[in-house]
Amino acid sequence: MLKIDFLLAGVGGQGVLTASDIVAEVGMAVGYAAKKSEVHGFSQRGGVVESHVRWGEQVFAPLAARGEVDVLLAFEMLEAVRWLEYLKPGGIVVVNRQRIAPTTVTSGDAVYPPEDEIAAALRRVTDNVTFVDGLALAESLGNPRLANTVLLGALSRHLDVAPEVWLSVIEQRVPSKYRDLNVKAFWAGRDGG
Amino acid sequence: MKRLLSGNEAVALGAWEAGVRYASAYPGTPATEVLENLAQYAGVTAEWATNEKVALDAVVGASFAGARALAAMKHVGVNVAADSLMTLSYTGVGAGLVLVSADDPGAFSSQNEQDNRHYARFAKIPCLEPADSQEAKDFTALAFALSEQFDTPVLLRTTTRISHSKSVVEVAMPSADQARAARPAQPFPRQPQKYVMIPANARRRHPVVEERLQKLVVYAESTSLNRIEWRDRGIGIITGSIAYQYAREVFPQASILKLGLSYPLPPQLIQEFAASVERLVVIEELEPFFEEQVRALGLPVIGKEFFPLTGELTVGIVREAAAKALLTPVTPVAPSAPPTATTPAVMLGPSATLDLPARPPALCPGCPHRSVFYLLRKHKLLVSGDIGCYAIGVLPPFTAMDALISMGASIGMAHGMERARVGEKLVAVIGDSTFFHAGLPALANVVYNQGTTATLILDNYTTGMTGGQDNPGTGKTLQGEKTTRLDIEQIVRAMGVEDVWMVDAFDVPAVEQAIAAAVEVPRPAVVIVRGSCVLLAEYRPQPSVTVEAARCNGCTLCFRVGCPAILKSEERDAKTKRPKALINPLLCVGCDVCLQVCPWKAIYRVIAD
Repeated sequence: MLKIDFLLAGVGGQGVLTASDIVAEVGMAVGYAAKKSEVHGFSQRGGVVESHVRWGEQVFAPLAARGEVDVLLAFEMLEAVRWLEYLKPGGIVVVNRQRIAPTTVTSGDAVYPPEDEIAAALRRVTDNVTFVDGLALAESLGNPRLANTVLLGALSRHLDVAPEVWLSVIEQRVPSKYRDLNVKAFWAGRDGG
Repeated sequence: MKRLLSGNEAVALGAWEAGVRYASAYPGTPATEVLENLAQYAGVTAEWATNEKVALDAVVGASFAGARALAAMKHVGVNVAADSLMTLSYTGVGAGLVLVSADDPGAFSSQNEQDNRHYARFAKIPCLEPADSQEAKDFTALAFALSEQFDTPVLLRTTTRISHSKSVVEVAMPSADQARAARPAQPFPRQPQKYVMIPANARRRHPVVEERLQKLVVYAESTSLNRIEWRDRGIGIITGSIAYQYAREVFPQASILKLGLSYPLPPQLIQEFAASVERLVVIEELEPFFEEQVRALGLPVIGKEFFPLTGELTVGIVREAAAKALLTPVTPVAPSAPPTATTPAVMLGPSATLDLPARPPALCPGCPHRSVFYLLRKHKLLVSGDIGCYAIGVLPPFTAMDALISMGASIGMAHGMERARVGEKLVAVIGDSTFFHAGLPALANVVYNQGTTATLILDNYTTGMTGGQDNPGTGKTLQGEKTTRLDIEQIVRAMGVEDVWMVDAFDVPAVEQAIAAAVEVPRPAVVIVRGSCVLLAEYRPQPSVTVEAARCNGCTLCFRVGCPAILKSEERDAKTKRPKALINPLLCVGCDVCLQVCPWKAIYRVIAD
């Protein structure tokens, strides 16, 4: 039975939940039974935000199991490693090349691992790792908040779903005045990710 | 038409389709989303209540008066409303009454993991448990019908996972006939024997409750809420709610008795199911609620000796427990505790680990609570805390909270600490919404008993922790419409507090002086610390501040305000050898707290050209 499990992870305020809504709705649009799950609350105060999305002919648990996730979409580099245990060996990792230092790092109690160590950690589990300059691409379009759409564009390259399906879902989700910018952001991620 | 809805959105839709006319709630899961969604539907009056008891009482009145009504609250909110709930069971309802409550296995954002199915048994009322969003919608509608059929309040119990997961729901296209006309005024059905629970009437109503429960057991035997899915009969699983989904995933071949009506249980159906399977298993989150009742039927069952009683279940945990119970072939499984923000290191195969910095929640840059907790730490006061974002005050760098148990408890606990004669200066810390929720009677108690507790009311003009809902102090309703603003200062003065300070949360010396004075007066004292939550739409950030590296000597004082925008620079002071401060201009909103804390005047505001 066909199934694709996604885990989207990042930091409160990065738009992880909106992006996971879009992934779930794209799954529905192409005929899957989709479920998604996350917990709102304390995590939004600068804490970790993770959201599971599952596509399949039939989906029971809204959470994917550890070691079985097909696609890890990380909005922040540290969070890519934190949730790596959920990825199946050889799974797809798309990671935003952005560092958001937690307070444990800014206070000097912990050290943010350098990018090469993060990349090495990811590559121990899979060769299929793509780094995306999501924030830089979004800023080049004039709005850093477009980074999550850039990342969805980069993610879309790894899935057998027509870009038009993604775009129609994205266009329904964003305010009309930001529609064109989000379309550009999606293509920037898809072409450049 | 198919839509992807959260459990909470589905409950709201189901209630609306069932013709709910009145809804009341105090924010928190599931109430926040259920009410915010209901507020958008025509023909429903939806309101924020000051607390869960008030919400349920209002819903009871609406139901008695003939309108289908819904109350929503966190699991711990039902504790607050329990006084009314227990006797509501005796009176029964007028029009259908549904109480929606979400348990929080895993305590994602709660102070405990209580299992509210016990409330259904305690109050002798039916409990419905949906396992996905489609059921959340369907069961809500059915709950209203059941409420009227059996003259009983109905508990619809979800969990955080059910409430916050989205799944596909079949939605009828909204049509004109669903838009309800306003209900014409009707007389109240005057039945004091049913609705006035003086002892004589209560004694007469108690047998009615017992008869109703017996009728509900008969109903439970045949309702479609409970269903048997026959597959292989080697293993038979009794389950419900989200645990059903995990059971399906781990035991695709097993037969399942899915209980959508989790109280009262159907003894005959359970006996028949048990007799038809070789091994009987109960999989449920939290308490052995089904399990104990199944055992009471004399049935041997595999349950909580393998499936954990604490925490949230996951597919991984159920799989691991199933293997230990020898229900599935033993295969090596990874340890299943999900990583959290505080997981120190991640295993990367057998040999390699990478130390991962934890990412604990923090007060937002610009949070008005920051100055207070910096000062409480600085002066090493004993702090009786409360429920809200300011519970983060217990975490480093503040570590300035010594007790926290429930909504509004800070003031009562502080009074008791003082009466126990702790030899320390102490304060109670409570938010504006929490003060209206359960702080008012506690402050009255301090004044009445001539206590000397200093109460700090942190007024951030919103119910922040749950995402920014209005409350009686904000002057706005659930729908954002203007209403009377209850003035906290006037209230505490009217309660007889003579020593009241009003201070700006971002004026650090003023906050410091007020707290210092309040803990000294030998009378009840209140400091109202006012400053807007940064998450409010009306919030306007100020230009960011920056550090003049030459003046910074790495004294580290500004690190103690715990602001995510303040970083440790790689540059160290030549003399002290300590890292200098650096401010991230993207995160800084110019609240100026760090600027006021810096003794070296090294932090200044950047004025744009």
